[in-house]
Amino acid sequence: MKPLQNQWRKASSAAVSTFCFLCALMVILPLALILFHLFRLGASSVDWNFLTHLPRPVGETGGGMANAIVGSFVLVALAVCVGVPVGLLGGIYLSEFGSPRLNWAVRLAADILNGTPSIVWGIVVYALVVVPMKGSSAYAGGLALGLIMIPLVMRTTEAMLALVPNSYREAALALGIPKWKSVLHIVLRTAGKGIVTGVLLACARVAGETAPLLFTASGNQFWSHNLSEPIASLPRQIYTYAIAPYDDWKRQAWAGALVLILITLALNAGVRVLTRGSGTPAGE
Amino acid sequence: MIAATAPNKFVLAPPSKAGDIAFKFLTWGMAMMVFVLVALVGWELFQGSKLSLRQFGWSFLIHDWDPGNGNFGALPFIFGTFVSSLLGLMIALPLSLATATYLTELAPRWVRQPAMTLIEMLAAIPSVILGLWGIYVLVPWLREHPYPLLQKLLGWLPVFHGHIYGQCILSAAVIVAIMMVPIITALAREVFRAVPDSQREAAFALGATRWEVTRLAVFKGSRRGLFGAAMLGLGRALGETMAVTMVIGNSTDLSASLFAPGSTLASAIANQFSEAVDGTYRSALFELGLVLLLVTILTNILAHLLIGAVSGPKDAAHT
Repeated sequence: MKPLQNQWRKASSAAVSTFCFLCALMVILPLALILFHLFRLGASSVDWNFLTHLPRPVGETGGGMANAIVGSFVLVALAVCVGVPVGLLGGIYLSEFGSPRLNWAVRLAADILNGTPSIVWGIVVYALVVVPMKGSSAYAGGLALGLIMIPLVMRTTEAMLALVPNSYREAALALGIPKWKSVLHIVLRTAGKGIVTGVLLACARVAGETAPLLFTASGNQFWSHNLSEPIASLPRQIYTYAIAPYDDWKRQAWAGALVLILITLALNAGVRVLTRGSGTPAGE
Repeated sequence: MIAATAPNKFVLAPPSKAGDIAFKFLTWGMAMMVFVLVALVGWELFQGSKLSLRQFGWSFLIHDWDPGNGNFGALPFIFGTFVSSLLGLMIALPLSLATATYLTELAPRWVRQPAMTLIEMLAAIPSVILGLWGIYVLVPWLREHPYPLLQKLLGWLPVFHGHIYGQCILSAAVIVAIMMVPIITALAREVFRAVPDSQREAAFALGATRWEVTRLAVFKGSRRGLFGAAMLGLGRALGETMAVTMVIGNSTDLSASLFAPGSTLASAIANQFSEAVDGTYRSALFELGLVLLLVTILTNILAHLLIGAVSGPKDAAHT
């Protein structure tokens, strides 16, 4: 080959490499900017007051999002009650009992559920629970989030159980242990870390959801004493404050967003600590 | 004879099958829940939109949205949804593919995992926070700098006509692109990693440069998987609600300009559902949900089929 042509080939390879590197930087840039602005605009407002006080009425400065923070935890806990049993047992079926054909169909349905827009879950649960109960409630909000969790937990459980070597199952069966015991005590325990990881990631995901809560949990400016009452949640409160025309509310929206992202990132970081060194890949 | 049968009394009975059967049935029931849920979502939306379906029929898809006169049609929202998602995909796809290429083929090893972690973090940002950042940081900046420039350069195109509001379909496309990038990048990375190293080595052995190896050995066989990745990203964009609602301007008018405010199917539901008290209005919003569900199901099935081809053998190995 001619030297000129070779030079051109090398130059174009270098140019493409640089371009790809710049694109990767561009992709990371929004993350850096979002975190930067969250800390710059939110950090000064996150204090003890913000974390422990109820929202104040319009016009009064101050107040906090204590009820929304607690509400978010309550809603995620309710979601776990719905999403984890169904997702976990369904995942066990896929990995331990299912036939390739049925699994294909279940996976397709799970992917469809996973791709269902969160606002659609919101209005479906509205029609399903809020209308018959004649009012929004924490139950409805928790159910909406729980339904979103089901496909997430199911797919990670299946993936994690698939990593358990078959010899474990065979060893258990050879000892005469019934299959259900071997699944619960040996297979599930071996994959335990990976499954907990998947559940935590699913929690982090639903904790940030707003759309399914708009018409199900609604919002609440006060503490909810009963799960059949409307309940405040952090994402919903951020949304209400962000689009409101009051400066003090905007300031608090940034503070709430900072708290929410710290919770989300803490869950994600927890996952990394959990999976470090165990060689279990962290979910999908 | 007695001596021969006696020890048999102490042989353990074979484990009872009852537990296994019950357990299998229980897990089967939970796995079947996904079908129940798909049917339930479809059924509830269909029930909710009955009134509107009966009143407007197919013309719902091609009519304007006029709640004041009790006339409902999804056209402006279908338009807004597809334009913002497809534009978002046009921005996100090249960026994601270049990033995935960088992370699998070009970057030094110590960069790859940390960079991927950062991209996963971007995916973990709740959409309401992205929306908050969108209205107060991104949109004002877009309105001041890139939009006027675009209008100056390409203003002769009808899509760049008109007043620049900031909260517009183009802003929604940018936000949606930011949300799609981590999904498409992660999937494209999987697709590239599924290409066996022997192919790359063969290309290197022939004296190919890094770019030539990527182009000839990696891209060639990945088209199907990459298309699937793009579809999955698109599915996410079509249904994105909060961030879009916060930056798109929520106008129900149809406008050819990308600088004009608009609405998507999801943002219209989020924005109007609580004020829609009368039957037809609410029913029309349910029908928007039904349209949205059908569109996302189609994209997801397509993505599932395309990506299934990539991860198929891996899945088959353990079933």
